[in-house]
Amino acid sequence: MFFVRSKTLRILGLLAMISVFSNPSISAENSPSSQASQLAQTVHIAVASNFTHTMKHLIDEFEQQSLHRIKASYGSSGKIYAQIQHGAPFVLFFSADQSKPLALYEQGLTQTKPFTYALGSLALWSNSKQVLQLLNIKTLKNTTPENKALKNEKDVLTSGQFNKLALANPKLAPYGTAAMEVLEKLNLKAATQSKWVMGENIAQTYQFVSTGNAELGFVALSQVIGKHSSALKPPLSYWPVPEKLHQPIRQDAVYLTTPASQQQNSHQAATEFLKFMNTKKAQTIIQSYGYRTEKL
Amino acid sequence: MILSEADIGAIGLTLRLATTVTILLLIIGTPIAWWLARTQSWLKGPVAAVVALPLVLPPTVLGFYLLIAMGPSGFIGEFTQSLGLGTLPFTFGGLVFASVIYSMPFVVQPLHNAMVAIGNRPLEVAATLRAGPIDRFFSVVLPLAKPGFITASILGFAHTVGEFGVILMIGGNIPDETRVVSVQVYDHVESLEYAQAHSLSALLVIFSFFVLLALYASQRKSSLAIGGGMPR
Amino acid sequence: MTANTRATHSIIEPNLPNTLQVNFTLTSSQQITYLDIDTRIPAKGVTAIYGHSGSGKTSLLRCIAGLEKAPNGSLAIHKDDWQATWQDSNIFLPVHKRPIGYVFQEASLFAHLNAEKNLRYAIKRADKKVTQEFYQRVIAVMGINDILERYPNQLSGGERQRIAIARALLIQPRLLLMDEPLAALDHQRKQEILPYLEKLQQSFDIPILYVSHSMDEVARLADHIVVLDQGKVIAEGKLTDVFSRIDLPQRLEDESGVILTGKVVEKDSQWNLMRIAFADHSIWIPDSGETLEQTVRTRILAKDVSLSLTQHEDTSIVNRLPVKVVAINADTDNAMALVRLKMGGEFLVAKMTQKSVYHLNLSQGTIVWAQVKSVALVR
Repeated sequence: MFFVRSKTLRILGLLAMISVFSNPSISAENSPSSQASQLAQTVHIAVASNFTHTMKHLIDEFEQQSLHRIKASYGSSGKIYAQIQHGAPFVLFFSADQSKPLALYEQGLTQTKPFTYALGSLALWSNSKQVLQLLNIKTLKNTTPENKALKNEKDVLTSGQFNKLALANPKLAPYGTAAMEVLEKLNLKAATQSKWVMGENIAQTYQFVSTGNAELGFVALSQVIGKHSSALKPPLSYWPVPEKLHQPIRQDAVYLTTPASQQQNSHQAATEFLKFMNTKKAQTIIQSYGYRTEKL
Repeated sequence: MILSEADIGAIGLTLRLATTVTILLLIIGTPIAWWLARTQSWLKGPVAAVVALPLVLPPTVLGFYLLIAMGPSGFIGEFTQSLGLGTLPFTFGGLVFASVIYSMPFVVQPLHNAMVAIGNRPLEVAATLRAGPIDRFFSVVLPLAKPGFITASILGFAHTVGEFGVILMIGGNIPDETRVVSVQVYDHVESLEYAQAHSLSALLVIFSFFVLLALYASQRKSSLAIGGGMPR
Repeated sequence: MTANTRATHSIIEPNLPNTLQVNFTLTSSQQITYLDIDTRIPAKGVTAIYGHSGSGKTSLLRCIAGLEKAPNGSLAIHKDDWQATWQDSNIFLPVHKRPIGYVFQEASLFAHLNAEKNLRYAIKRADKKVTQEFYQRVIAVMGINDILERYPNQLSGGERQRIAIARALLIQPRLLLMDEPLAALDHQRKQEILPYLEKLQQSFDIPILYVSHSMDEVARLADHIVVLDQGKVIAEGKLTDVFSRIDLPQRLEDESGVILTGKVVEKDSQWNLMRIAFADHSIWIPDSGETLEQTVRTRILAKDVSLSLTQHEDTSIVNRLPVKVVAINADTDNAMALVRLKMGGEFLVAKMTQKSVYHLNLSQGTIVWAQVKSVALVR
């Protein structure tokens, strides 16, 4: 019986290990700071995971023109927020929403007011054979003329010819809130409610649609047209949701004043990076990933 | 304790899920464990490895594979569609299916250990007492493996209650259908509703503590009852 | 002595009653043959399957029970009133369909059942209905009435074996197989259980195959013996015949000797002795309470028999018998010899140095006096 018991403990231990290694907010990158000159600084930033590809591109660009180095941790905004409250050593925080930077600001944990670094756009997207067939998409040989009336995903949404509609949980993700606003504006909220499936974040919502489990889904435009290649390579068919149908999806950032960030000698680097974010070059990169920016 | 109606719904759903999964796992896991304990086949290693895979795979990875496999173009999805059941993600049945796979090692391993511990002798004895294979299984293996069944039930149940990653991936957060306690806690944390998160988490911790306490108590009791009875 | 009558199973003589026709070959994964048996084993009374550990005796028993499957083996039982084939090229009767009872070497009670429920397990599955009378008789013979409520871990080793034997009897087998049922017990427990085993064969008319490596147990319990060595039968026959053979010394070693069955015919209360009569001779041994006319089994070890050419009166040895030398064989130990002696219709074996054989000028046909130093009453 002791054998069984120790086995149990081993299983529990193993699970604990798995959860440690799979925690996305623990950075696997190492600081290259040690042999840099006195001027070179490393700044540790936290980034919402939906902005991962864009931020990696931005950092590459920044580091090519600067002595300074950026060490980025990616994770869910909610987790990063909790970690910052408990002393995580981040200097800059790029959130996926406005509420978390604002809350930190109100708690006096920031040097600056929150500012918007990117605006997200919604797309109503499908990767389901069934829907693509309805829309007569070229990639499929089989056409059904009687459905010519359906021009795009919005028509499919209105027609109700789908089983599941994926959206991000409005409680957790601004893209979810925006999607909800769109449904309200289109007067489809009540009609579709029974078909909703909610992702915990926009990435998961994307998975629901890309695997075809939900025939339709409100995802981030950046996920559909972004420069990063999707492993699933779906045929591109989506309806870009007009901006007027929902409040802007603002992704805000703040400069933190947590004790940990104070100890790091990184002010110059942080300032320089924030300045870089406002350059035309950076803004172009951000837009190329399907976001809008305020400046341009 | 601040428990909303949604929280209570989630608790009820979780208990329903864990009970269903535990019963199914005992039904499915028993023959698998028995086969693993007895077979000389070369398939034994591969099968044991497949059963244990969920121990190694991060739950989100497993959940992602299941999402694809159970989707309309996945092999499980095509099968369930051909049966006219539609696809499994975002349904209670889907959660049950995924949880059965995910919790399988927690049931099969203790059963397997208990069955191996029985050894060959009691079965040979039963055979010389005119018990055929099925009779032997029910009159000898099941009662002698009882501690293993208790351990397996408790672990399977507890592990399903604590399951999160897989359900997150395939659940779709539908109230009373797929929104279980762990997902509810996660939602509370992510939306900064820490008080509710604390209440629900505290409940989970207390529950888990008593489940594990019951497990260890049952193991001590059974080792006293059976201990030294059947030397090999 | 039937070792040379190698009847192959293809020419089974019809109706050779009360035998078990066995033919098994077992080969290990390294291609070493560790069991190679083709013989008839008496299926009447108690037949001991004797040999050292590793001689294949347990494997043989397991093959007979069907617990082990010898490829291309065959097994058939011929009794007066029935016969059956349990294994040949076409069939292999599974264990649970063979009308056998099996007592394992070590405790084999079901740990989750108390003693009585262990017995009920057998009663429920018995070949024929167990009558209350039969049940009570089994319990009485095994002396287990007071321990029926106990669980196996509350029983001593000897008690556990008695329950296990009772359980095997309750299944009402046509053949009882016992695999060293006493081997796991200490000396005291063995002495405690042996009387039950003796009563067993007297009370129930079931043929028993009794595997053992203990000459004491064999001498006490068996009527027939099959001696195995390295997986082969090296001797078989009536116990007394095989024991008096002197061409198997290395197998018997210090255990060489004879078994003689006799009757108590006279008691000497002054010296507390009793006289046991065999076919043509008799000996005096200490009176251990047997009644007159009782049949007893004695064992005389070769090392306890010495020879003299004339009858000595000036000796402490009470039993002196006129015998004729019929054979002389070297023992394993080069200095020693075994001498087989004819005593009327029975035999004795004496062990002495080669030097003594030379000095006494012993040869086949020499008439000598056997001095028997010690006689063990085995039953």
